[in-house]
Amino acid sequence: MAEPVTEAGARPGGVLGGCAVARAICDVPDPEVPVVTIEDLGILRHLEVDESSRHVLVTITPTYSGCPAMEAIAQRVVHEAERAGYTCDVQTRLSPAWTTDWISARGRDRLRDFGIAPPPGAASTCSTVALDLHLRQTTCPQCGSTDTEELSRFGSTACKALLRCRSCREPFEMFKAL
Amino acid sequence: MGGPTVATNLLAAQYIQGLADDALVYAQRLGEWVSRAPQIEEDMALANIGLDLLGQARALLTRVGELDGSGRSEDDLAYLRDEREFRNVHLLEQEVAGFGFEMARLLWFASYQWELYAGLRTSVDEVVAGVAAKALKEVTYHRDHATQWVLRLGDGTAESHERMQQALVDVEPYVTELFDDDPASVAAAESGVGVLPSSLEDAVRARVSAVVEEATVALPESARWRSRGGRDGVHSRPMGYLLAEMQHIARSNPGAQW
Repeated sequence: MAEPVTEAGARPGGVLGGCAVARAICDVPDPEVPVVTIEDLGILRHLEVDESSRHVLVTITPTYSGCPAMEAIAQRVVHEAERAGYTCDVQTRLSPAWTTDWISARGRDRLRDFGIAPPPGAASTCSTVALDLHLRQTTCPQCGSTDTEELSRFGSTACKALLRCRSCREPFEMFKAL
Repeated sequence: MGGPTVATNLLAAQYIQGLADDALVYAQRLGEWVSRAPQIEEDMALANIGLDLLGQARALLTRVGELDGSGRSEDDLAYLRDEREFRNVHLLEQEVAGFGFEMARLLWFASYQWELYAGLRTSVDEVVAGVAAKALKEVTYHRDHATQWVLRLGDGTAESHERMQQALVDVEPYVTELFDDDPASVAAAESGVGVLPSSLEDAVRARVSAVVEEATVALPESARWRSRGGRDGVHSRPMGYLLAEMQHIARSNPGAQW
């Protein structure tokens, strides 16, 4: 399998054949944030259905190296394939590294509707981190105010930070730019 | 042409094992903070940082098992090696000794890992390069977290300033070991698998110095002594207790799956 999807923002590298089983796998929800699918999040990188051998090959990538949801996602993918009458191999690929830029527009909308602020623009790994104590401005997914403050950069899962809105006083989570 | 020789692979495995053991052992230490940090947000932050490191360790240990020809899995390597077979530096095995110490240790280690992974993105070993590119993004958050705390504590109250200053003194003896060029890392740098630890030192020290200065504390002139031996499997007293905690369930239930 040669599959060159590496660009930021790229969709999973093409859904080949087997529409129903492919759809079911694309729609596997993220175990921690079930309003978005693994396709929405860009975790699903490649999906290939071989109708002659009734076999599905799936490639997924973790959001964070230690993301404990990967095993659950792989199990669910295999389950969906088997339910549709296919055998399935799930490969995990680290490179190119996942980025929040791969979250689809639909995924961002669904996160916001669920009360999780979508990630701000692309993460800049290589710029020098400013040394001052800085506040990052994010829009509250509840009331839309930008008068928000960061409570903790590390939230309930590796991929989220914890914030609070100073207008409506509600705490909320934000997908961290990565 | 021909592929890499067995000896080359063994040296590469040793080098990668040092990276993996650093991440694994520090993940284990950071886990001890859960329920004991100054605030619940910090419990989560340190657990998250540990989880990132554990993820890095898993991928790297799996690679070690492939390269050294032993066929050992990540679990075999994490749970069934004895103390002398671990190649982590002493800094990371030291007992949890207060929040200031932890932030000083994290600032040094994350700054080191940042430069390390930045260099390893071009490793000729595809797994190492892949882990490095991914981990670099994670470590950027770790380094930023430690930076924010060192600034807050150093430039905080008289009490927090004094304790942050003492923490930097307490960590100092363990810092130099990060930059020692052991035979495996020299070989890895030559083959293009790794980077020479000593080549990272200036950038790491510059970064830590800038944070420390901004935080109105100071790095000690020089440590009164320095640790060594971790990359050769010679460890300090806390290491055995750490391994006992980390390994006892797996060793008490041989072959168990979870």
